[in-house]
Amino acid sequence: MANYRDIIASYQDKPGGIIEAYHALQEEFNYIPREAIDEVARVFGVSEAQAYGVATFYSYLSVEPRGKYIIRMCESAPCHVAGADEVIKAFENHLGIKVGETTADGKFTLELTQCIGQCQGIPVITINRVPYEGISPDQVPMILEKCK
Amino acid sequence: MAEEVRIVLRNADKIDPNNVDDYINAGGYQALEKVRGMDPKAVIEEVKKANVRGRGGAGFNAGLKWSFVPPADVKYVVCNLDEGEPGTYKDRTIVQKDPQTVLEGMAICGHAIGSKQGYIYCRGEYPYVVEQLNQAIDQAKAKGVLGDFDIEVRMGAGAYVCGEETALIESIEGHRGEPRFKPPFPGVEGLWAKPTVVNNVETFANLPEIINKGADWFASIGAPNYPGTKVLTLTGDVVNRVPIEVPTNTTIREVIYEFGGGIRNGRKFKAVQIGGTSGGFIPESLLDTPIDFDSMSSIGATLGTGAVFIMDDTRDIVDIVTRISKFFEHESCGKCNPCREGTFRCYEIMKKINRGAASAKDIDNIVLLARVMQKAALCGLGQAAPGPIMTTLQHFRHEYERKLV
Ligand SMILES: Cc1cc2nc3c(=O)[nH]c(=O)nc-3n(C[C@H](O)[C@H](O)[C@H](O)COP(=O)(O)O)c2cc1C
Ligand code: FES
Repeated sequence: MANYRDIIASYQDKPGGIIEAYHALQEEFNYIPREAIDEVARVFGVSEAQAYGVATFYSYLSVEPRGKYIIRMCESAPCHVAGADEVIKAFENHLGIKVGETTADGKFTLELTQCIGQCQGIPVITINRVPYEGISPDQVPMILEKCK
Repeated sequence: MAEEVRIVLRNADKIDPNNVDDYINAGGYQALEKVRGMDPKAVIEEVKKANVRGRGGAGFNAGLKWSFVPPADVKYVVCNLDEGEPGTYKDRTIVQKDPQTVLEGMAICGHAIGSKQGYIYCRGEYPYVVEQLNQAIDQAKAKGVLGDFDIEVRMGAGAYVCGEETALIESIEGHRGEPRFKPPFPGVEGLWAKPTVVNNVETFANLPEIINKGADWFASIGAPNYPGTKVLTLTGDVVNRVPIEVPTNTTIREVIYEFGGGIRNGRKFKAVQIGGTSGGFIPESLLDTPIDFDSMSSIGATLGTGAVFIMDDTRDIVDIVTRISKFFEHESCGKCNPCREGTFRCYEIMKKINRGAASAKDIDNIVLLARVMQKAALCGLGQAAPGPIMTTLQHFRHEYERKLV
């Protein structure tokens, strides 16, 4: 696994590169570790509060550890009318966790998201950023099965 | 039968979007070549005359916006690809089908305002689009078609408010995406305090053809006050959930029944919300309205991003508006009080109405709150958030009254 210091250092000359650095950190660790936020603050010359403020402003960035597979269900109005609530219930039942939680084995995290711009295929989920369209509750076991 | 007119999507499905040579063979980069031989002021005049009004929602004349840019050593061109309005997938469609036309549009703007550096701010939900854009930029650079105009892609991270131009600028600078007070407007003082033109993807994508065919050609298409075409994205209970590009004098009814193929499952129409989740709800009686910006405003609705969310007669309007209120409560950045508290209370009251626990007094309260937000919120998020509540109270009040105690 890459060292967080090296990742951050590679963005230090980019004006306003904090968010790009956070993306790269999250890509590597699935979340942004606390030590990395402190390092970002030091490298970009902002206070730790500011660095933390940026990391927690954006819903796509997480400062908590998450699972290997991050499943996000779109809950915006078009996906809502297409049955998003039933799909999310099916995920909760099969995984035995609630939205916002991670399974004990660290494999799955379940999250809600707002529209992900794939509204031709409502309702839509993403698994680690890849969108899947037209999801129905009965497809949920098969979807989970595919995540090895 | 109404027909599509393709300006922005003229190359869609006709060329390989990931091959710059295909774009060049289809006439790409001739417009940029042409403007390089023109006085920048004349380019601005031409765009102004075409009256291409911002396709990101605010409908401001792009050439006029550029004309406000003062002289400065460094200036920036920013392309807004944040596309956070629920129901909208047009900017993704445009870029995936023809990324070079957006780059060319940005470079045309760069020449007109005297900028050498462009940024594309792409939402974090589209990592595959970021990749495609980076590849397109590399190819264009390798061909030398962009000249000394440089473009960098920056990725957002899941904040709807970052589509607002000053919040977007804050985000590129690496800060929390909170809107700035205006004025100064970005055109005067934007990214790193330098003059910055922010335009939507679709606005930029219109420019090459405007330059190639002329302002008069463009201005003669569609509605006179908002000429050209609009890319619309259909979603909800409509047969064809597809992107379309239509002249701006096309009516809502044509959009739903001719292009959309009507309502799914043989059901009946109840409502359509246009422009994204902050757009107004429109009843059957207003479907003959043309989609152009001013016609939509005149019926208390919006063209917005061009999202078209169709609901059939089985849908529960109050339940949908409650979900929309949750969106705004979640996406309010918290900087200004009317929006932070207002979106929170709107959601609270909508939940109460939706579960059948509210009285007529709650409706009075939400209307009062909505007026305060529309007037007092710092940015368009808080100002537009009550729109769905107000328009559904206007056109579908019985659905609220049915749920009151
Ligand atoms: C809350 C909010 C979100 C916005 N989101 C977007 C967006 O995703 N894309 C966009 O182009 N404009 C968006 N806008 C409008 C921009 O502030 C700005 O007007 C636009 O990018 C200017 O480009 P245009 O004149 O070409 O439309 C948003 C505005 C607000 C208030
Ligand atoms: S509303 Fe769910 S993807 Fe757009």
